[in-house]
Amino acid sequence: MEIAMSIVIGIVFSVAVYMLLSRNIIRVVLGTLILSHGNHLLLITMSGLQRGAPPLLNFNEESYTDPLPQALVLTAIVIAFGVTAFLIVLVYRMYKEHELDDLEDLRGSIDE
Amino acid sequence: MSALHFATLTPFLLAILIPFLFKYIKRIHTGWFVLFIPLILFIYFLTFIPVTAAGETLMSSMAWVPSLGINFDLYIDGLSLLFALLITGIGTLIILYSVYYLDKRTEKLNNFYVYMLLFMGAMLGVVLSDNLIVLYVFWEMTSISSSLLISYWYYRDKSIYGAQKSMYITVFGGLSMLAGFSLIYIMAGTFSIQGIVANLEPVVNSPLLLPAMILVLLGAFTKSAQFPFHIWLPDAMEAPTPVSAYLHSATMVKAGIYLVARMTPVFGGNAEWFWIVTAAGLTTMIWGAVSAVRQKDLKAILAFSTVSQLGMIMSLLGAGSAAYYFGDGDNALYVTAIIAAVFHLINHATFKGALFMAAGIIDHETGTRDIRNLGGLLTIMPITATLSFIGLASMAGLPPLNGFLSKEMFFNAMTYITEYGIFGIETWTVILPVVAWIASIFTFLYCAIIFFRTFTGKFRPEKLETRHVHEAPIGMLVSPAILILLVVVIGLFPNILAYSLIEPAMRGILPGMIGAGEFFEVDIYHWHGFNIELMMTIGVVLFGSLLYMTMQKWSKLPFYHRENDVFNTVYDTGYEGLIKGSQFLTRIQMTGRLRDYLMYICAFAILLFIYTMLRFDAFVISTENLSGIDPYMWGLMLLLVASVIAVPFINNRITAIIVTGFAGFLVALMFTVFRAPDLALTQLLIETVSVIMLVLAFKHLPKLWKEKTRPMIKAPRLIISIGVGVMVTLGSISAFTLGGQAGYTGISEFFTENAKSLAGGYNIVNVILVDFRGLDTLMEVLVLGLAAIGVVSMIKLRFKGSEDV
Repeated sequence: MEIAMSIVIGIVFSVAVYMLLSRNIIRVVLGTLILSHGNHLLLITMSGLQRGAPPLLNFNEESYTDPLPQALVLTAIVIAFGVTAFLIVLVYRMYKEHELDDLEDLRGSIDE
Repeated sequence: MSALHFATLTPFLLAILIPFLFKYIKRIHTGWFVLFIPLILFIYFLTFIPVTAAGETLMSSMAWVPSLGINFDLYIDGLSLLFALLITGIGTLIILYSVYYLDKRTEKLNNFYVYMLLFMGAMLGVVLSDNLIVLYVFWEMTSISSSLLISYWYYRDKSIYGAQKSMYITVFGGLSMLAGFSLIYIMAGTFSIQGIVANLEPVVNSPLLLPAMILVLLGAFTKSAQFPFHIWLPDAMEAPTPVSAYLHSATMVKAGIYLVARMTPVFGGNAEWFWIVTAAGLTTMIWGAVSAVRQKDLKAILAFSTVSQLGMIMSLLGAGSAAYYFGDGDNALYVTAIIAAVFHLINHATFKGALFMAAGIIDHETGTRDIRNLGGLLTIMPITATLSFIGLASMAGLPPLNGFLSKEMFFNAMTYITEYGIFGIETWTVILPVVAWIASIFTFLYCAIIFFRTFTGKFRPEKLETRHVHEAPIGMLVSPAILILLVVVIGLFPNILAYSLIEPAMRGILPGMIGAGEFFEVDIYHWHGFNIELMMTIGVVLFGSLLYMTMQKWSKLPFYHRENDVFNTVYDTGYEGLIKGSQFLTRIQMTGRLRDYLMYICAFAILLFIYTMLRFDAFVISTENLSGIDPYMWGLMLLLVASVIAVPFINNRITAIIVTGFAGFLVALMFTVFRAPDLALTQLLIETVSVIMLVLAFKHLPKLWKEKTRPMIKAPRLIISIGVGVMVTLGSISAFTLGGQAGYTGISEFFTENAKSLAGGYNIVNVILVDFRGLDTLMEVLVLGLAAIGVVSMIKLRFKGSEDV
């Protein structure tokens, strides 16, 4: 499963980077969203999947899945959300001010 | 901290007072206060003459960074004392001269004297330090303070140009010298010069000797304006004349000479040292002399003549270094060469200092330094004319002045080289005296040009800027007069210097050549009989006069009008090329496109990743220890891949948002499969909010459109994306495999065991977040808060009027 998941994550990352390199600003935003998905899956895959019960002590099992990566990913999900929200509003404001959505047009001139 | 340390640092310490003196005591020229500093130091250093004359030395230590072998050790022997006396002695006269040269009402005297004192202190530090690193620090300080002095009239473009040029060239040399010093440290294990000289064995036998030598020589040659680094010196003439007279005749350019003299015991035994130093010296000498003849500006002539004279001293030091090759100090060649070097060093400081000051007087009184406009000043400025005449005669090598004596010894040393056939290259050595002789003819020629073009001929006041040309005030004449007096006295009675300054300095250059209690034989006299040196001098006078007489004819040649040095063009082109090249490079990278920057980052990350993984042999894959795949997982994974791959092809906003959201919910589903209920819950919640947010903002967001990109851009974009994907896959597999093989228990065990007992919680992930790593979560909240503030301010905040966002 880990190898299969790694390949899936690789594809997710590829698409995310491809989107980040777009000219259209909405695609860049969606790219960051996809990138964070890939990231979360990567963190949890690297530590090994499905080893024992969910990390809830109520189950009274012998072994539990490693809880630490889960804690990390949980933090990451929340932070990614913050970043997404900020990005969306940034694009909104920028579009409102400049009426531009092409990153090519958003380049400053060289002297600036 | 001894009195000697204090003396060395005095100029720095007292420089702090100068701005206050300038600001609050306007009535008195600040120079009068400054004058006392070099004067007292000069008297202080004079007291050391009996010590060094007795053949003794003095070392005064102070720990600075002992763990790195860097100590502020000061060392006084004949050589450093001679330089210290020159620095303070000439410094006193220069300050006195500057009091009359710089107007206290219009000039920024505070800047001038602060820079001057910084320079003086730095020079003293260079010649007195025994530690190579301390020497280097002071060395760079002279570079900096001298370019500050050159750019004193900073509103003139030429001053800035000259200052930059001298800075670049000397700092370049300084840095290579530092590299050379480091190599010496690797070889000898100490930074102390005396320590290195005392134990030369490891240095001499090291393969690093030659690189170290070349690097150190680069430092010395750039500082002493040796060919082809001489180009900065003529441009440094934009400085006020007192600066030129001080830095470019007596002190700064002599720092390179000092370094070569000081390093002679270390490198002197090598044939390379002999040839590089001698050849560079003679090339510089003839190049400078020929260039000087072509100049039309008085100070430019003097600048090139300084280049030439420094070359002469350098070549003498090179010839003298042969003493170490043969290992005996009695040989006439080495002794003559070193005496001539030291003697000419003193002589050059006296006559060149005086000549620069005379040029300054002419500039000050007439408003021009162009010899094409000057003429007939002999009757108007008789004292300046007399002083100039004696100085120029000395420089040209006419008896009975001091320049004659050292020039004779120079010829003597150069002819000796041919007799001894050093280093087995007999046939080539004939060139040396010939070059020396030709250079001397040109020296004579430009001396004649300076004198006759300035002081004789027709006086043409219409070409001068000043209406009423008259003799300089007496105060301005005092300093050059003292120096010219020295020229005459040393010329007539050279032996007053023989055992007080010259012999001790020789002991400093050639330590170990003679035993303690023995002395070099230094006897300087005028009449050697009708020998080859006298013939050479007579030849110089004859040919030089002949060339001057025929100047009308050859001055029409294009050679005479090509004032610009070839190497200036090299420097300018190189400088502009450097600027243009770096601008070009910057423009290639800094395109202003987000895409390009991201590509650089990704490409670099991939390369770094591949390199690191290969280096540590970390690419591993193993099928052991894998968890099984439930059949429905195939479906989930396929769906995720399909939806993610679809996103870039969608050109409809709402579809793209929904597909992305769909992928997010799939991730949440996967989390449940992976036994992570908390993650699944959070992901569901967040994904929902994200999609809602996107849909809310939908109305205000730009549209998606199909991108038309050229294959040239598309190809790297694809390659980099796929590269990142492969990198992540491989990294993930390797990390997983290695993690399984490492076989250590992580800190997770601790959390599982203690979640209940320490924190009283059953959900381990929650306990970690709110208890064990509670501070992290607090910071996370802070980040979210910041993002929220950002979001609100970007929606609400509006700038008024013309302010840009």
